[in-house]
Amino acid sequence: MSADYLFPHRHILGLGDLAAADIDFILKTAESFKEISQRSIKKVPTLRGKTVINLFLEPSTRTRLSFEIAAKRMSADTFNISGAGSSTAKGETMVDTARNLAAMNPDCIIIRHSCSGSPGLLARHIDASVINAGDGAHEHPSQGLLDLMTVREHKGRIAGLKVAIIGDITHSRVAHSNIIGFCKMGAEVRVAGPATLIPPGIAAMGAQHCRSVRQAVSGADVVMTLRIQKERQQDPLLPSLREYAIFYGITPEIMALAAPDAILMHPGPINRGVELDPALADGPRSVILDQVTNGVAIRMALLYLIMGGE
Amino acid sequence: MSADASILLENARLLDPASGLDEKGYLLVHEGRIVAVAAGSPAGLELPPQLRRIDADGRWLAPGLIDIHVHLREPGEEHKETVASGAAAAAAGGFTAVACMPNTRPVNDSAAVTCQIMAAAAGAAARVYPVGAISVGLQGETLAPFGEMRRAGVRAVSDDGRPVGNSQFMRRALEYAGDHDLLVISHAEDDSLSRNGAMNEGETATRLGLRGIPAVAEEIMVHRELALAEYTGRPIHIAHVSTAGAVDLVRRAKARGVQATAETAPHYFTLTEEAVGLYDTRAKMNPPLRTAADVAAIREALADGTLEVIATDHAPHSELEKELEFELAANGIIGLESALPLSLALVRDGLLSPLQLVALMSTNPARILSVPGGRLAVGEPADLTLIDPDYRFTFQADQLKSRSRNSPFLDWEMQGRAVLTIMDGRITHEVVSVHQG
Ligand SMILES: [Zn+2]
Repeated sequence: MSADYLFPHRHILGLGDLAAADIDFILKTAESFKEISQRSIKKVPTLRGKTVINLFLEPSTRTRLSFEIAAKRMSADTFNISGAGSSTAKGETMVDTARNLAAMNPDCIIIRHSCSGSPGLLARHIDASVINAGDGAHEHPSQGLLDLMTVREHKGRIAGLKVAIIGDITHSRVAHSNIIGFCKMGAEVRVAGPATLIPPGIAAMGAQHCRSVRQAVSGADVVMTLRIQKERQQDPLLPSLREYAIFYGITPEIMALAAPDAILMHPGPINRGVELDPALADGPRSVILDQVTNGVAIRMALLYLIMGGE
Repeated sequence: MSADASILLENARLLDPASGLDEKGYLLVHEGRIVAVAAGSPAGLELPPQLRRIDADGRWLAPGLIDIHVHLREPGEEHKETVASGAAAAAAGGFTAVACMPNTRPVNDSAAVTCQIMAAAAGAAARVYPVGAISVGLQGETLAPFGEMRRAGVRAVSDDGRPVGNSQFMRRALEYAGDHDLLVISHAEDDSLSRNGAMNEGETATRLGLRGIPAVAEEIMVHRELALAEYTGRPIHIAHVSTAGAVDLVRRAKARGVQATAETAPHYFTLTEEAVGLYDTRAKMNPPLRTAADVAAIREALADGTLEVIATDHAPHSELEKELEFELAANGIIGLESALPLSLALVRDGLLSPLQLVALMSTNPARILSVPGGRLAVGEPADLTLIDPDYRFTFQADQLKSRSRNSPFLDWEMQGRAVLTIMDGRITHEVVSVHQG
């Protein structure tokens, strides 16, 4: 890490707020932290005495656990507030919740919320640092960062790579963070999926909308497929999961169109046989479990950087 | 000041779109009416005793501004606005009359509720014309009693706040409104396209991860309303037009003789969707703020007469409803006290003449709603607005007469405002610095 770089952010609300240099610095910090998780004693005292609150107002097991493990490996005290029993469910407003949490003097609040922009609303009403762990269809910055880290680990670079993101782009905050992040780091991003699930103005975010999955995947260095939400069938967005699997699922035949050394990613959990062929998910090109491992390192880095750990 | 006192306004730039008068002159108010108005000086005019003389010093004297589209929250949500506070805000903004939409609690879908609003309006600082509901409870199922509501005081009907989804129902409403001389005002929105949307659909919404309301949700319904007006031969008034496509539809319908009128609001010709910034709920409204191209089309339509009315869609909300996640926050902004300054910018930009502006904010709304006012003519009620187009001020929350503060224009530097408002011969608003002769 360069000693002359000072991480300039108190909150991590989205990759849209971060400069390429910030992202690069986060990735380098995470790479240096990754080793801690491989020790037999997986704990360092870096954030001892710091209080981290996981405010998960929308259910999530994987992301919450990843943040909790990251915080604990750095010796922070963590507390979980989940959606079902939360005060928000009792009609308390977000701003009231923020004021109440602030009164307990936490150092960092990690928030998952179904409404876009709510981490920013929280950040405006609280002194603690805020990390967005997914807000509506807006961003999921720690996921975007762990994906960048995984790609850089496998490819040695990000600039110049062709990245194909396949699936429900409209409702996917993971896709949004990835499009922003990969574009900022100099990659070429293509998206494909049913036209009902590609939002207007995706080109303004830097991504190229491909009419077919084949076109998007052809020559790609990275193929990232997204989880399809079964409830999207309620809206007239998808005829059936079967049709989705046939036309938008990643199969070995589709994957063969990618670059010979292409890697396959998925933010999980996977609908096996729908968006991804089971043989591919567990195959040699899959880096899905590396993504999970890197998730802890990225979150350790974020906690360290915004809480000013010494 | 009692209604009996007389007022002489001298050295005013008289603006009367009805007669085309735009000249320096005087106007005399006596017993609540305009008794003399003419170019030049009032020398030789017989003046009543107990006269207050005001030297207008070249400021613009217009017939009182009329806002055809406001939401007063009485009955039901008086913490946001009452008829009295809304009328006070109107007077402060230069308005002498407002038409208030029926989505109160309970809904104004009966003579009883209309009477309640009329009673609250007695003695208020502006005339209040209640708009009755089209359907009972705004449910779109049963026609509200148009005749009884008309007798109680309504001048128009609308389910504003939500569209009339069923086309047959809208057709019947247009037909039946004709029996009772009521104007039908349409909130044009296809809610199957707009449902759950929080801002204009497009690049900005995608970047913010917000569900969008496409322009076509408005345009489809505008198209239907115009088709129904044409088919029934009944007039329709389209509320809060916000898109270039809707403007185009109205323009074409008028050209082929459809009795269509339409309004827009200052935010639609002043702001774009960019005002949402980082989830600023003060910029959340329905229809949503649109693109720069839409803003340009709205401005053009005001200049060429396609849009005949500037209304505010004044929609007061307390902080409780606005200090929320963007998607959960209420729609709407207040507008009575910022409308005139924002509209005067169109004159400064060379888009409108002062007469055109007065027509948009007074003469045309009076005609469309069939209410008195809108003219500087002897015998008319003394509803007057004295405008200082050069008055500079900061639009500040603590200066507002409205009970609510939900405006994206707070802390804006503004130019031009009403410095004197007279309603029914009474001064309802006066900026202290008005020069007195
Ligand atoms: Zn409306």
